[in-house]
Amino acid sequence: MSSPVTHHAVHAAPKGFLRRYIFSTDHKVIGKQYYLLALFSVFVGMLLSVLMRYHMIYPDAKVSWFEKLWPTGAAGGIMTPELYLSLMTMHGTIMVFFVLTTAPQSGFGNYFLPLQIGAEDMAFPVINMLSFWTTFAALVVLLAAFFVPGGAPLSGWTAYPPLSAVGEIAGPGQGTGQTLWILSIALFCAASLMGAINFIATTIDLRAKGMTLMRMPLTCWAWFVTAILSLLGFAVLLAAGILLLLDRTAGTSFFLPAGLVVNDQILNHKGGSPLLWQHLFWFFGHPEVYIAILPGMGLTSTVLSVFARKPIFGYRAMVYAILAIGFLGFLVWGHHMFVSGMNPYTGIAFSVLTMAIGVPSAIKTFNWIGTLWGARIRFTTPMLFALGFVSLFVTGGISGIFLGQPALDLYLHDTYFVVGHFHMIMGVAAIFGIFAGTYYWFPKMYGRMMNETLGKIHFYLTFIGVYAIFTPMHFVGVAGNPRRYPNFKEFEFLGELLPVHTFMTHAAFFTAAAQLIFLFNFFWSMKKGAKAPVNPWEATTLEWTVPSPPPHDNFGGRLPEVYRGAYEYSVPGAEKDYLMQNEPAVAVKE
Amino acid sequence: MARVSPADVVNVPPPVEPGGDGRSGGGAARRAGITGIVVACASIVMLFAALTSAMIVRRGLGGDWQSLGVPGILWLNTAVLLASSVMIERARRALRLGRRESFNYLWLAGTALGLLFLAGQYASWRQLAAAGIYLATNPSSSFFYLFTVAHALHLGGGLLALLYIAVCAWRLRLGPGRRTAVDVAALYWHFMDGLWIYLLLLFRFWG
Repeated sequence: MSSPVTHHAVHAAPKGFLRRYIFSTDHKVIGKQYYLLALFSVFVGMLLSVLMRYHMIYPDAKVSWFEKLWPTGAAGGIMTPELYLSLMTMHGTIMVFFVLTTAPQSGFGNYFLPLQIGAEDMAFPVINMLSFWTTFAALVVLLAAFFVPGGAPLSGWTAYPPLSAVGEIAGPGQGTGQTLWILSIALFCAASLMGAINFIATTIDLRAKGMTLMRMPLTCWAWFVTAILSLLGFAVLLAAGILLLLDRTAGTSFFLPAGLVVNDQILNHKGGSPLLWQHLFWFFGHPEVYIAILPGMGLTSTVLSVFARKPIFGYRAMVYAILAIGFLGFLVWGHHMFVSGMNPYTGIAFSVLTMAIGVPSAIKTFNWIGTLWGARIRFTTPMLFALGFVSLFVTGGISGIFLGQPALDLYLHDTYFVVGHFHMIMGVAAIFGIFAGTYYWFPKMYGRMMNETLGKIHFYLTFIGVYAIFTPMHFVGVAGNPRRYPNFKEFEFLGELLPVHTFMTHAAFFTAAAQLIFLFNFFWSMKKGAKAPVNPWEATTLEWTVPSPPPHDNFGGRLPEVYRGAYEYSVPGAEKDYLMQNEPAVAVKE
Repeated sequence: MARVSPADVVNVPPPVEPGGDGRSGGGAARRAGITGIVVACASIVMLFAALTSAMIVRRGLGGDWQSLGVPGILWLNTAVLLASSVMIERARRALRLGRRESFNYLWLAGTALGLLFLAGQYASWRQLAAAGIYLATNPSSSFFYLFTVAHALHLGGGLLALLYIAVCAWRLRLGPGRRTAVDVAALYWHFMDGLWIYLLLLFRFWG
C-alpha cells in the first residue's frame, strides 16, 4: 500500500552529464561519490601502511624508486625516520577521516537513509552536494601535502603541539605540509557538519507515514546518533584547528609554552598549553571513533537478522544501547590522556566511564548472539562479514578495557598494544562493516549481484589475514615495543621481537593483496554481474521495495506507508518467512 | 499481499501510530528547515563552547592575563544588533499577518542595522589596532579578536541570507515556499544576537 500524496517538491530527474553524475543533488549519486572517494582513499592508506610495514623489517633497505619519489626523505633510496613518520601521519589521517568517517556514514547513510525511512531525498539536497565536494576538496588539499617542499607532516593524525605548532623550524613536513593538513581537516569539519545537519533533519522530519522512530531499522538509528556525534564533535575539532593555525601563522600562543628551544632557536611564544590541544582534540577524537563504528553496528544488526531469518533480539535495548554509547562517548576522552599528568582521581572518573561504555556494547554483542541463536543461517558473503564484525568487535573492544585502566595504561600507553587495539576495532571491525554493507547493498546500488565465490574467498583470506596482522601487536606491545618508532633495530630489547614483526609484515602483504579480489569483484560485477532482482536477500526494509537501482525520486512518486517494524522475519503463521515494512495488517493463523 | 477473509484474522497488529509527518505540501520541508537551523545553531554553540574552554584554561595559566575589558564602541554595536533583531522579528510577524509592505521596510531596516553592526565591529578592531593591540599582543587580545572575528564571520553568513530575502521581498518574489526561509533566517539572526550577548558578558566578566 502506498500513499498517493507526494512530498514537498517533486524534483524531476536532472539532465546532462554534469548535473546527473558530477554536481548531482540526488542522495544516491552523492552516496556513491562518497563511497568511491573512500574506496580510493583506502587503497592510498593501505599502500602507505604496506610501505611502513616494509620499512619496519627492512629499515636499511635501498629501494631505488623511494629516491625518485622522495629525494630528500629517501636520499640514497633509504627511508629516513622523518619520511616514515610522515607516511604514518598520512596513513592515519586518510584512514580515520576519509575512509572510516565517510564510507559507513556519508556513503551508505546518504544512499540508504532516505530509502529506508520512505523519503524522496535528504532534507537539504544542495547542502548534501556541497558536503561531498567540500570533502573532496579536503582530500585534494591533504594529498597536496605530499607534493609541497618539506613534504607531508609527521606529527601523527593527532598533530600534538608543540611539534605541530612551531612550524618549519621543527623539520621536514612541519612547514607547508602541516598547514595543508590543518586546512584539509578544517574543510573536512565543515563538510561533516553540513552532512550531520542533513542526516538529523531528514531522520526527524522526513519519515513516511507509519514510520515511527521505533519502527526504523537500526541502521537509521545508528546514522542518526552518529550524525549527532559528528555535529557536536567536529565543531570542537574545528575550534582546535583554528587555534593551531593561528599559533603557526599569527604569532599567538594558545598551545605553545614559554621557553621552547627548537633546533637551537629560541621561540618567541609564551603562556600556552600543549595539554589544551590534547583535551580539545580528544573531546572530538573519542566521539570520532564511535562515529566510525556505530553505522557498522547498525548494519550488522540488520544483516544478521536478514540472514538468520529472525528478528533482531531486543530491538528496544539495541536502540537504547546506541543512544548510551553515543552519550557516554562524550564523557571518556581523558582515557587517551591517562599518562599526561592528570590528577589520579580524574583518571578514576574517566576509567569508570570508559568501562561503563562496555555495558551497552556488551548488550549489543549479546543481542547479536541472541539473534543468531537457534537460527538457520544463510551464509552469504554479507552475512560472513557481519559475523566477522561481531568477532572482531569483541576482540578489538576487549583490549580497550585493558587500556581503560590507568594503572595498566601507564605501561601500555604508546606501545603496540594500543596500535593493535585500535586497528582491530577500527581498521578491521569497522572495515568489515563497510564490506558487509557493500556486499549487502551492491545489488540495490548497481542493479547487479557481486560474485559470491569471489566474495567468500575475499572474506576468508581477509579474516585470517587481519587476525594474523593485528593479534601479535598485542603481544609485542606487552613486551614493551613502543609505537611510532621507525627503526627497531637500534634497540637490543626489540631485536627479539623482529621475527614477530616480520610475520606481521608478511601477513599485511598477504591481506593487502587479497583486497585486489574485492576490487576486481566490485568493478567487474558493476558491468557483468548477474542482474539483481528487487529483493535478492528477502529483506524487510523499504529499500528492497523499489527497483534495483531505484529511480531518481526513489518511490516513483508514491511514498510508502509503513505498518510494521523492520525485523519481521519468521512471523508465526505468515505465508512467507518475512513481512515487508509496508505490508499492511496480516492475517495470522494460529 | 494476500487477501484474507475476516474469519482468518486472529491477531491484527496495533493501529498505526502517527508516523513521520504523513502530511502533504510544504509541511515536511518547513519543519526540516526549522530542525536544520536549530541543529546548525547547536553545532555553532559547540564551536564557541570549545573556544570558551580554551579561554578559561589559558586565563588560569601563567598569571600573564592582562584584562582587555570591553571597548566602548561594543556597547553601541550591541544596541544596534538588538535593534536589528527587533526589526527582523517585527518583520516576520508582519509577514504572518499578510502585511507585505511593512515586512519589506522592517526587514530592510533589520538588514541595514546588521550591516551597521558589522561596520561597528570593524571599527572596534581598527580602534584596538590604533592602540597597538593586535591578535598576538597578549592572550586576552588573542581571544578578543578570535571571538569577535568568529562571531562576525557567522553573522556575515546570516547577513547574506537576510540580504537575499530582502532582495526577493522587494522584487515581490516572496511566495509561500520562501516563508520558511524567512523564519529560518530570523531564527539564525536571533541566535547570533544571543551569542553576541554571551560573548559581551564573557569579555565583561572574564576578559
